[in-house]
Amino acid sequence: MAFLEINQVRKAFNQNVVVQNVDLAIERGEFVSFLGPSGCGKTTTLRMVAGFELPTAGTIRIDGKDITHLRPNQRNVGMVFQSYALFPNMTVAENVAFGLKVAKRPAAEIGPRVDEMLNIIKLPHLAGRYPYQLSGGQQQRVALARALAIKPQVLLLDEPLSALDAKIRVSLREEIRSLQRKLGITTIYVTHDQEEALSMSDRIVVMNEGRVDQVGAPFEIYNQPKTRFVASFVGTLSVLSGTVVDAASGVLDVGGQKIVAGRGFPNAKAGDACAVSLRPEAARLEGFGGQGATTNMADHAERNRLQGTIEEVAFLGSVIRIKVRLGDNILSLDTFNNPGVTPPERGAKATVTFSPADLLVLEGV
Amino acid sequence: MKQSRLGSWIALIIGTLYFVVPLAGTFEFSLRMRSGEYSFDAYRSVFSDSAFQDSFVFSTLMALATIVIGVLLVVPTAYWVQLRLRKLRPLIEFVTLLPLVIPAIVIVFGYLRLYNSSSFLPMTSEIWSTNLLLAFSYVTLALPYMYRAVDTGLRAIDVRTLTEAAENLGAGWATILFRVILPNVRTAILSGAFLTFAIVIGEFTMASLLNRPAFGPYLQLVGANRAYEPSALAVMAFVLTWACMGLINVFGRAKQIKHAP
Amino acid sequence: MVQTAWAWVGVAPFLVFALMFLILPTLYLVVGGFQDPDGNFTLQNIFDLFTPSIMSAYWISIKVSGASALVGAVIGFGLAYAVVLGGLPAWIRPTLMTFSGVASNFAGLPLAFAFLATLGRTGLVTVLLVKFFDFNIYATGFNLLSFCGLTLTYLYFQIPLMVLILTPALDGLKREWREASEILGASKLQYWLHVAFPILWPSVLGCTLLLFANAFGAIATAYALTGSSLNIITILLYAQIRGDVLHNPNLGYALALGMIFITGLTNGAYIWLRGRSERWLR
Ligand SMILES: Nc1ncnc2c1ncn2[C@@H]1O[C@H](COP(=O)(O)OP(=O)(O)OP(=O)(O)O)[C@@H](O)[C@H]1O
Ligand SMILES: [Mg+2]
Repeated sequence: MAFLEINQVRKAFNQNVVVQNVDLAIERGEFVSFLGPSGCGKTTTLRMVAGFELPTAGTIRIDGKDITHLRPNQRNVGMVFQSYALFPNMTVAENVAFGLKVAKRPAAEIGPRVDEMLNIIKLPHLAGRYPYQLSGGQQQRVALARALAIKPQVLLLDEPLSALDAKIRVSLREEIRSLQRKLGITTIYVTHDQEEALSMSDRIVVMNEGRVDQVGAPFEIYNQPKTRFVASFVGTLSVLSGTVVDAASGVLDVGGQKIVAGRGFPNAKAGDACAVSLRPEAARLEGFGGQGATTNMADHAERNRLQGTIEEVAFLGSVIRIKVRLGDNILSLDTFNNPGVTPPERGAKATVTFSPADLLVLEGV
Repeated sequence: MKQSRLGSWIALIIGTLYFVVPLAGTFEFSLRMRSGEYSFDAYRSVFSDSAFQDSFVFSTLMALATIVIGVLLVVPTAYWVQLRLRKLRPLIEFVTLLPLVIPAIVIVFGYLRLYNSSSFLPMTSEIWSTNLLLAFSYVTLALPYMYRAVDTGLRAIDVRTLTEAAENLGAGWATILFRVILPNVRTAILSGAFLTFAIVIGEFTMASLLNRPAFGPYLQLVGANRAYEPSALAVMAFVLTWACMGLINVFGRAKQIKHAP
Repeated sequence: MVQTAWAWVGVAPFLVFALMFLILPTLYLVVGGFQDPDGNFTLQNIFDLFTPSIMSAYWISIKVSGASALVGAVIGFGLAYAVVLGGLPAWIRPTLMTFSGVASNFAGLPLAFAFLATLGRTGLVTVLLVKFFDFNIYATGFNLLSFCGLTLTYLYFQIPLMVLILTPALDGLKREWREASEILGASKLQYWLHVAFPILWPSVLGCTLLLFANAFGAIATAYALTGSSLNIITILLYAQIRGDVLHNPNLGYALALGMIFITGLTNGAYIWLRGRSERWLR
């Protein structure tokens, strides 16, 4: 049995369903991110785990114990808020000590614990400062220390870094992750920043319109998206819509041109609408000198070929990202910047080639 | 959860009762003039009293004068402080808050000593100059509210950019002030004006000590000598206050709607 | 340099006005409070303030202002709390705010008339209480023309004023603070004890001081209600201005000086407290 279990949890605010039948099992010590666009229900799900919202249906268990109806102050869960939410009337040390103080722990225990926490976040010299005397990054580290001081069973973080500027964001996310590893604390991390989710998580839960679209390791989520939404939200995959021609051999029709998806269509029959996706680094522009960045270059004859027009050329430094229009579909592809070759021009005709094995078949259309 | 909401309702009901009961009591009392039945006789008696009409007109004119003088004094100052003299702002703000610290009766006491008929500036020796002094005293009373309203209004618009834009188009300072700045703080001025009106119309201390035939001293006189008319006057004063606050709300809201995206 | 000099011209009318009609008149009284009739410096007037009749006038004023400020603050806090955090329907808040704006400005003589018509000897509430509960409040020693009556009347504008100035402070209490304290294991009581109240108290105390100053300088209501039967300081000063009842003009100045001293102290404390809470709530 998993450490934290969310079973068929559902939440509606006056008829308006914002979280639908979420099922999730999180192991002890795991770092799980909730990733999704604004309004998809990440915060609401997190707040149900914290106890600030009561699920309309379903149960939540921690370590086998049903906590669905427990008040937040009986759950022993730590939470870090986007706005830091430090108590402005208390010093840093008093903030960190707060949870222990209200639990009526002896002073002899509180003092050393606070020192320990301040050392962990590397701010022992700021113990006597007030929150308004700290920078945003420092405040958020104190908030983290405050949440961890009570040794919670689960740590919840709701977009803790989105109010900070880019540099601090990167360094702090590494710090949070290493701290989490060191303490081995089970963690749920809410974000809408895919880079954050990909770089920090053991597993990512991609949410869309109140549903879980896909759960998996960052590698899986990025390389094998299951739905059109995951493919387009995580990373920069192109999604092509088409019609199945031959399910077994994987032949499909995209805007009048036929291509092959290497793994076939196990759940579809000829004539069905379908969606496939392709990573930008897997495609190549024919006649353009730059090499496709990866894989499956094996047999030239077997490669898929699609004709279209260059829609956009974006120079990203070492990489050039080219968008090619194929009827209603747009396909992105990356090529390395080669100083010897001029990039193609907008409006020019182009042929894109890629291996059938790189074409992923998505669920739904 | 339920319980705390019950407490809120109880607090609210007590508050509402405290607010409504005296009004109901006053209204009921004002209808009692004719013995044995309710009537509007008290109101009729008030309205037909020429002293009522005179004093009310006098106070209304006083209020208007106060508003005009106040606006002419406050708007250019607040504008200028924002534009050129930012470092002076704490001083100016402190001065505008002084009337909250110095009681009105003390201020007018000072006037009577400083500007009496035997002083270097004998303002109280002529009627017109006494009226002016009364208006000035009302300006000081209204100063904290007026300045706050206008200053907030000015802060909401970018005074510096607006002024520079107008200057680039060749506008003189009078044009800038009257055509550019004033229209932009009209709402703020209007709310300040209605508040000033509400404060000034029934003011007693200053008018009474300066011996002017204003509405406040008239109210005092009626209160001391009549039985039912005072309640009728209280009801009318309440309606008047309500109208002023209502107008402030209306103008405030109109502005919000205009500014909504 | 020339620029700066010109810039000062822009605020000159205001400064001249403030000097002539706000600062000099006050200063005149302040200085006069330290002079004898011949214009020599003396502290005698200040000492003379400590005679029983004057002291009692100050004291009654302080008691009425203090009581109406304290009670007004408590009830006003309750109302503001109910409307901001009490989970009441949304329409109640703007309604209460509008009502408060009106009631806090409904002062002076009309307010006295209203209370006389309600709680006077033949007032509606007095009569109804006798009729339905056979309870005569005047038999209990209550008198509208007394300390209690005046305090009760002042509450009519003190409570709404408290609601108006305290509501923004209650709004400043962030939901996240409550949630953070709750998830750290604190009960609702502990949250109020350790977080909410320590954050609020400078505002609450500051607002109470403001109510105090507001009542302390008032005269019209008391004058209309009690005539000169309740000798509060403003009424004493009024009588002194009209007819030199103390038979010493300079003592009159000292009387005013004492009032400025008290309201100045109150407002100074208010400003200090407000600065403190603003620093936190930034
Ligand atoms: N208390 C509430 N009452 C009504 N609707 C709510 C409430 N809280 C959230 N919602 C709605 O639920 C939906 C999901 O909100 P939620 O805050 O969980 O989104 P989110 O995924 O965290 O988005 P974001 O990335 O913007 O924080 C939104 O449409 C929101 O409007
Ligand atoms: Mg959110």
